[in-house]
Amino acid sequence: MLEFIARLFNRDGGSKNVAKERLRLVLVHDRASISPQLLDTLKGEIIQVISKYMEIDESALEVNLDSSGNTVALVANIPVKGMRRVAEA
Amino acid sequence: MGEVIVITSGKGGVGKTTTAANLGAGLAYLGKKVALVDTDIGLRNLDMALGLENRIVFDIVDVTSGNCRLRQALIKDKRLDGLHLLPAAQTKDKTAVSPEQMQALCDDLRKEFEYIIIDCPAGIEQGFRNAIAGADKAIVITTPEVSAVRDADRIIGLLEAAELREPTLIINRIRPKMVRQGDMMSIEDIIDILAIDLLGVIPEDEMIVITTNRGEPVVLDQGSRLGQSYRNIVRRVLGEDVPLMSLDEEGFFSKIRKMFGRK
Repeated sequence: MLEFIARLFNRDGGSKNVAKERLRLVLVHDRASISPQLLDTLKGEIIQVISKYMEIDESALEVNLDSSGNTVALVANIPVKGMRRVAEA
Repeated sequence: MGEVIVITSGKGGVGKTTTAANLGAGLAYLGKKVALVDTDIGLRNLDMALGLENRIVFDIVDVTSGNCRLRQALIKDKRLDGLHLLPAAQTKDKTAVSPEQMQALCDDLRKEFEYIIIDCPAGIEQGFRNAIAGADKAIVITTPEVSAVRDADRIIGLLEAAELREPTLIINRIRPKMVRQGDMMSIEDIIDILAIDLLGVIPEDEMIVITTNRGEPVVLDQGSRLGQSYRNIVRRVLGEDVPLMSLDEEGFFSKIRKMFGRK
């Protein structure tokens, strides 16, 4: 009987859905967390590639993982000082 | 050559030691030669779960540091022929053993036993790294709570990073009534989140308190549902295909019996 009443007041399907949703979000963050060393290596390689085409301000370069809602994005802020003259292919 | 299986969870108190004791006892009951290794140095407990706490002379640190031979430290269970325990040290800490020493120890045990079950401490620090160092397979324990599932997810990531691929999952303390009410995550919910294969499900049952009080693994209790849930896991570890048992708290007949006032 108690079970029945509890169900009447719990049309959203009970607290387990809250638990699942909270877990889903927190695991997106947990799983996306990568080590500072890895982020540093990644930064170094990004600089190498971009430097082939542009002159960038390496000291002001920022690379971070950003997550909002259920998506995770790699956000890079790369100040460009100037363009290189790229040889014609 | 024996197989080394580590029982781990990340979070404490979810049932690693109880599971290790029951898996070991269940395998030994079926005639296998089993060594149970407690790697929770400083917080020794597997001996109590098995009722062997009064028989410890040497421990794992005595073995790895060369104080005694492996054979001297292994305690033979009196109820089950094939069951042996290598207890943790109680006065040292996790740094008393290195992952390399653990690997060597597992290799020695492999020569003599068919199954080596490692009871891992909670946490992700050196105790965890030691426990998994010599393992071939990993079993992750969780309960249907957000914190336990989150920690299990982290542990699965760390196991995979350590090349222990495809760990299997045991969900402990599930309460079928709460699941039906929508107030507890179901087996499917947890599997969906963690995305690993299920090894077994243990229902919440007061009986575990009683059997642990007595130091008798419940897997040996042939009449109980709880014992059955552990025996199913034992058979799956042996490679059998055993269907999940029904999680309804009471069977139809026991309800009828109760209606007639019998227990």
